[in-house]
Amino acid sequence: MAEYKWPDADKRTLIGKRISRVDGPAKVSGRAKYSYDINPPGMLWGKMVRCPYAHAKITAIDTSAAEKMPGVKAVQIVQDVGSEISWIGASIVAVAAVDEPTAMDAARAIKVSYQQLPFMAVDTDPKLAGEFARPANSNSQGDTDKAFSEADTVVEGFYGVPMITHCCLEAHGSVMEWTDDKSVLAHLSTQAVSGSASNIARPLEIPAGNVTVKQDHVGGGFGSKFGPDDWDITAARLSKKAGKPVKMFNERDAELMVAGARPSAYARVKVAVKKDGTLLGWQSESWASGGLGGGGSPPLPYIFNIPNQKKQHTAIVNHVGPQRAWRAPSHPQGCLITMSALEDAAAALKMDPLEFVIKNLDLAGARAQVYADEFKIAADLIGWKKNWHERGDKTAGPIKRGLGLSLHTWGGGGHPSDCDLVVQPDGSIELKMATQDLGTGTRTTLMIVVADSLGLPLEAVKLSIGDSRLPASGGSGGSTTIAGVSSSARRASLDALDLVFAKAAPALDAKPEDLEAVGGMVRVKSNPSKSMTWAQACAKLGAMPITVRGKNPGPGNLGSQGVGGVQMADVSVDVETGIVRMNKMVAVQDCGLIIDLKTAESQVYGALIMGICYALYEEKVTDARMGRMLNPNMEFYKLAGIGDVGELVVHMMTGKGYDERGVIGLGEPPVVSPGAVISNAVANAIGVRVPTLPLSPDRVLAALEKKGGSNARI
Amino acid sequence: MRAFEYASPGTKEQAVSLLGNNWADADVLAGGTDLLALMKDDVVKPKRLVNIKDIQELRGITVSSGRGLRIGALVTIQELADHPQVLKSFPVIAKTAGEIAGPQIRNMGTIGGNLCQRPRCWYYRAGFGLLAKDESGEPLVPAGDNRYHAILGNSGPAYFVSPSTLAPLFIALGATVRLFGPKGKREIPVEKFFVVPQTESDREHDLKPNEIVTEIVVPPLGGVKSATYEIRQKEAMDWPLAFASVALTMSGGKVTAARVVMGHVAPVPWRSTEAEAALVGKAVTEESAKAAGDAAVAGAKSLGRNGYKIQLARVAVKRAILEAAKGGVR
Repeated sequence: MAEYKWPDADKRTLIGKRISRVDGPAKVSGRAKYSYDINPPGMLWGKMVRCPYAHAKITAIDTSAAEKMPGVKAVQIVQDVGSEISWIGASIVAVAAVDEPTAMDAARAIKVSYQQLPFMAVDTDPKLAGEFARPANSNSQGDTDKAFSEADTVVEGFYGVPMITHCCLEAHGSVMEWTDDKSVLAHLSTQAVSGSASNIARPLEIPAGNVTVKQDHVGGGFGSKFGPDDWDITAARLSKKAGKPVKMFNERDAELMVAGARPSAYARVKVAVKKDGTLLGWQSESWASGGLGGGGSPPLPYIFNIPNQKKQHTAIVNHVGPQRAWRAPSHPQGCLITMSALEDAAAALKMDPLEFVIKNLDLAGARAQVYADEFKIAADLIGWKKNWHERGDKTAGPIKRGLGLSLHTWGGGGHPSDCDLVVQPDGSIELKMATQDLGTGTRTTLMIVVADSLGLPLEAVKLSIGDSRLPASGGSGGSTTIAGVSSSARRASLDALDLVFAKAAPALDAKPEDLEAVGGMVRVKSNPSKSMTWAQACAKLGAMPITVRGKNPGPGNLGSQGVGGVQMADVSVDVETGIVRMNKMVAVQDCGLIIDLKTAESQVYGALIMGICYALYEEKVTDARMGRMLNPNMEFYKLAGIGDVGELVVHMMTGKGYDERGVIGLGEPPVVSPGAVISNAVANAIGVRVPTLPLSPDRVLAALEKKGGSNARI
Repeated sequence: MRAFEYASPGTKEQAVSLLGNNWADADVLAGGTDLLALMKDDVVKPKRLVNIKDIQELRGITVSSGRGLRIGALVTIQELADHPQVLKSFPVIAKTAGEIAGPQIRNMGTIGGNLCQRPRCWYYRAGFGLLAKDESGEPLVPAGDNRYHAILGNSGPAYFVSPSTLAPLFIALGATVRLFGPKGKREIPVEKFFVVPQTESDREHDLKPNEIVTEIVVPPLGGVKSATYEIRQKEAMDWPLAFASVALTMSGGKVTAARVVMGHVAPVPWRSTEAEAALVGKAVTEESAKAAGDAAVAGAKSLGRNGYKIQLARVAVKRAILEAAKGGVR
């Protein structure tokens, strides 16, 4: 029986190398089909009538005019008269018509009346939220009063980040098609191919096995696409009524308004420190919004288990759309608040924050040594020693430069994953698994695992994913995919090798356990000249292909969880205009054994860019009196372009101490730190903390003005 | 997008005959970078689109030493930025055009469209009207989120900012715009082309519903030193938060005449005679430029969320003056 472990470093042919993603050419040439691109014959277009009020009760719905319009094939009420609606843009009634303009005309012809209800759209101050502010939790440890009374210095600060959205370039939605009167084919844009089938089946009252979910490529999810959503179910209902496939995807404005947002988080913080930088105590009053749920409570203090703590959190219920998981839920908020407060404490002590953080790493838990190792590398890459200065760049002129740092953690253990590996008598290989590739390189890594395990080239592996009829695999969230799918694929590959070796061994006059598969050959380890090709070995299987089921969890230690990463940023700030420019950002990250170094680095690059976006630009701007999002577009919901991101440097921790931990997820951790890193770098540059993200000119100038320094005005 | 009628005339006479007496009758389609988005968002609902891209006489750039620069309304922003004679004789125009928005907009957007584009006010774009009022008729901007709104000329009823980046420069350079309508052609200073709408049925420019912009004429620069300064948050596609254009006539090291025009700060391109007066008779120094910047925003007021734009406008004016005095864009 196989020993379930990863190959030793000297035996790896593909694992850990820098391999370009296999679907790159299809994507850049436009041949890759996203669910949005699916247009089955006879397809109808679905359009949604959306609620124009932040909080209202439906008093009447009149669909008669729409139903009579030529080209309209079905009308579906999503929310009945009497329903309470809790955000602008919520689904009310849907239509399906022969083309998009007709569907839009029909949607406009539907009359819905509402009784407006009180609502809350402010989250920046619990006092302004009245009854919508609800104490959520409070807890403490140690003796906080004593810690603060014994401290040499107490530093107070206010920090926060507003709600932001996911900005999936492919909007949420689906093409729904009934293949018979009890079966649905769902072309869904999703992060969860396997998990979505039963959630589509339930409201449609058909057996889960009758729903097929298909998706080849997805244009972004970031935690917001574990659906189906109400509009997907509605599309299926419209399709059933009309007897035709129905396509319904959010328009861009709806996408930004109703397809999920990351909760805000704000906190007033006090930190107690000794003169030498030792952290003694933490007090925080925090609050967060994020829809009717009131938002998550960010982990405070982040990473550093300060011995004495007193914390209180308030949830603000508001009517601005639903919150959804956003890449590393709650961590970026907790990291921003904590690392800003700690940097402010270091600045108050006139200490180098790198020295301050290193000094307190014994509070940082299991990954403390990893952080220490990573900080050394990051400091070299950004020139910390040479470029760091005490808070406030004293250089003449309006451009001030500064450095900042932060650190982060995440779990990343593998999710449950099944796969089938089919080996044909001619030696051809197919791996089947109902996972999805979010653009992260899942396809590429699966092919690497199988090819490396069987001693074959990458191209020898045929891969089938993105179809719920294949063996089930978990949703891609929580950075759980890579450890899950690579482990099940590795187990299947090793089991398949056992079967092939058992058949090939007699012909090579060897025992199965003495064989190895290398370079397209099956050979005797002690005498490589005794060999046959992979195809010759597989021919010994007989006429029938074999299918091996791989599973995760399963035997052997192929994955683990818990990663540490550090980041540093170098920024320039024009103190006359408040405009922040990125000079350079460095990310040093561990994620255990890396399957594909290139796609791993790409994920970190993507995280840095996403992080720069929320640090400098992103904000779900809401008109407080209407509860309406004012920037549901890609014009005033600002995202960075290539010219805005500066130089990005990524260093992955590999080799001894890392590889033997097995595979760990990477998607989330590197997006945690950028807000804190950039905020700290700006504070270091201009000499004052800009309390809230994004670090836009209005906020930077307001902070400078409050400081009242000579920089505040020209 | 709603259904509409499409006409594609070959002459300007045909074009204006296809336009209506009311704004809702028809809209002019040139680059379409603004109009098509407005139609998709259901903000404007023209019954007819009149495509003017086939009218050849609206194209082309000519530069002559005596008469200056003539820019056809259909010239794209990128064509203007790349034109060798514009680069040589009007470098400030080429540079300013080359920095507008992003390459996609510059390649499609036209000079006529740059002047005629509609405001980016997010209440207007959400369908609350050009003057942005709620169901009870209360203006939304003063008590709403006005971070990108006007700091000058903002006592109402219009609070949006004029979105054109080229207009302030054309005004600083004393350019005129030629229009054509059923009664023939007329020519007005670009400065007079922009007006503040008083009612929802007004527009932001002095153009009749059945007139089109045909060309822009910029007089020779002569010895004028000109520069612009744009403050925007992103390098990638973004709108200016404040913009200033300056044209200085210098003699003996002192400013003898000045034009200072700001963009993105008021419902119209905002000429600051205060800043001009502050400069005349002075040598351009950090101090005098700063004083002119202060003068430019002396009458500015915050609507609540946009006070920072006063500082940005001040800096834009200062930096444009200093740049111009160094010789301007060469």
